[in-house]
Amino acid sequence: MADYTGPLPVPSPETRPFWEGARRHELVLPFCRPCGAFFYYPRGACPRCLSADLEWLPVSGRGTLHTFTVVSRGQKGFPLGPPYVLAVVELEEGPRMMTNLVGVDPDPAAIRIGMPVEVVFEDATAEIALPRFRPAGGGA
Amino acid sequence: MSRDRRRLRGRVAIVGAAEADEHGKLPHKSAFMLHAEAARNALADAGLGVRDVDAVFSAGLWMGSETAEYMGIRPRWIDGTQIGGCSFVAHVQHAAAAIDAGLVDVALITHGESGASRIGMPGTRFGADSFRLQFEQPFGLAGPPTGYALAAARHMHEYGTTSEQLAELAVSTRKWAQLNPRATMRDPLTVQDVLSSRMISWPLHLLDCCLVTDAGGAVVLTSAERARDLPKTPVYVLGTGEAATHVLVSQMPNFAFWDAAKLASTDAFAMAGVAHADVDVAMFYDAFTIVPVMGLEATGFCKPGEGGAFVSGGRTAPGGPFPMNTNGGGLSYTHSGMYGMFTLVEAVRQLRGECDARQVAGAKTAICHGLGGMFSASATLICGTEIPD
Repeated sequence: MADYTGPLPVPSPETRPFWEGARRHELVLPFCRPCGAFFYYPRGACPRCLSADLEWLPVSGRGTLHTFTVVSRGQKGFPLGPPYVLAVVELEEGPRMMTNLVGVDPDPAAIRIGMPVEVVFEDATAEIALPRFRPAGGGA
Repeated sequence: MSRDRRRLRGRVAIVGAAEADEHGKLPHKSAFMLHAEAARNALADAGLGVRDVDAVFSAGLWMGSETAEYMGIRPRWIDGTQIGGCSFVAHVQHAAAAIDAGLVDVALITHGESGASRIGMPGTRFGADSFRLQFEQPFGLAGPPTGYALAAARHMHEYGTTSEQLAELAVSTRKWAQLNPRATMRDPLTVQDVLSSRMISWPLHLLDCCLVTDAGGAVVLTSAERARDLPKTPVYVLGTGEAATHVLVSQMPNFAFWDAAKLASTDAFAMAGVAHADVDVAMFYDAFTIVPVMGLEATGFCKPGEGGAFVSGGRTAPGGPFPMNTNGGGLSYTHSGMYGMFTLVEAVRQLRGECDARQVAGAKTAICHGLGGMFSASATLICGTEIPD
């Protein structure tokens, strides 16, 4: 865990509850009460209505693969590869997240846009766990 | 749309356009040297001197005033708007508004970027607690190719766009580059060459990606009235538009459609009073092969999903029905990182009839369509040597 070589987030005031949730392996997102909708990435104001009437609520951690790329020439020291799958997942609750698809071969032929996925947390350090996704049901 | 938008049509003209003396790999030149070379060349082209300039535009933090300081200009209008590579196309709209309002007389828009050698580059690093570094970098977003690949993959999924179609665009663009003695890449290119080049970030191969060079360019604008007393044929600003929908690629509203381009180009066409069929020559920002494909769809030259077919069969190549990126584009001519300036320079040259072997005969109306960020922003210029009624 101390050896994690990838880039790590540094939380800011409006994002800290997200990263604290991730550390507990819970996916919690900001929810705008006036809009009745989640959004992501976390902000101190709703991107639909600018309201600050927000609360942090857990989401299902389930979604579908919205789009992806298999990165062959990627960040130096990135622990998943290359090659690795950079993905955008659309959560059941609506928002889309940039993440990685894990638990599959990093081969476009093995990956299908629209496939159901579920969150899995990787403990990178004592403070930071990264939400990645795998095929629903535990993956390959 | 602002009800006054059409009032600007034809009121302002581009009167000077040029690149820096050289481009390519230039470790002996800083970014600011490229700015100054380009500015000097563009002012000479305009028949104006540096003391005539009273408005300076360049893209980036402090860049409006820092380029002015470097060149010894004390502008009364300073604009460092940075919305990515299309910033300079957006600056044309800003300059046109400033000139037409009577607030400035001569606007200089400059670009200099040591994209390959990274010499004397202004700072662009994001803080560790920025949203980009919190919500994208930790997942291995590794620069532009990975972000654009996300859109390309979704476009292929929704519309059946193929790697062969994207490769056709690269091939047609190379054919233009072969007619441009200044172009970096002039060897013959086939679809198979593109498809067999190494994968960078699926589905984008190396030859789906633009060059990375050191380059600079500049344009000079003034009122249409003053332009008629200057040596070169005025290139009138007919229609402009700019838009931004997001910055982080994960926030792209629709990965298969470029919303910002639709917004910017809709304003530009409405202002210009020009139909798509009236456009003689097109400059579509081509950081990656998928970008013009989605750009052509979003600006209404074809329908969503038809971009792949639109660029196939050599339709955008020399002799084809839709001459596009006649300088060889970012794919084969040059790409410093913010390519938008070169769409302007080439459009001006085409409209003046200065393009020699690659000249589009009788070109009177051009479109420059720029890209910013990760399909984040867009700016469109429609320009021409004649002002429609």
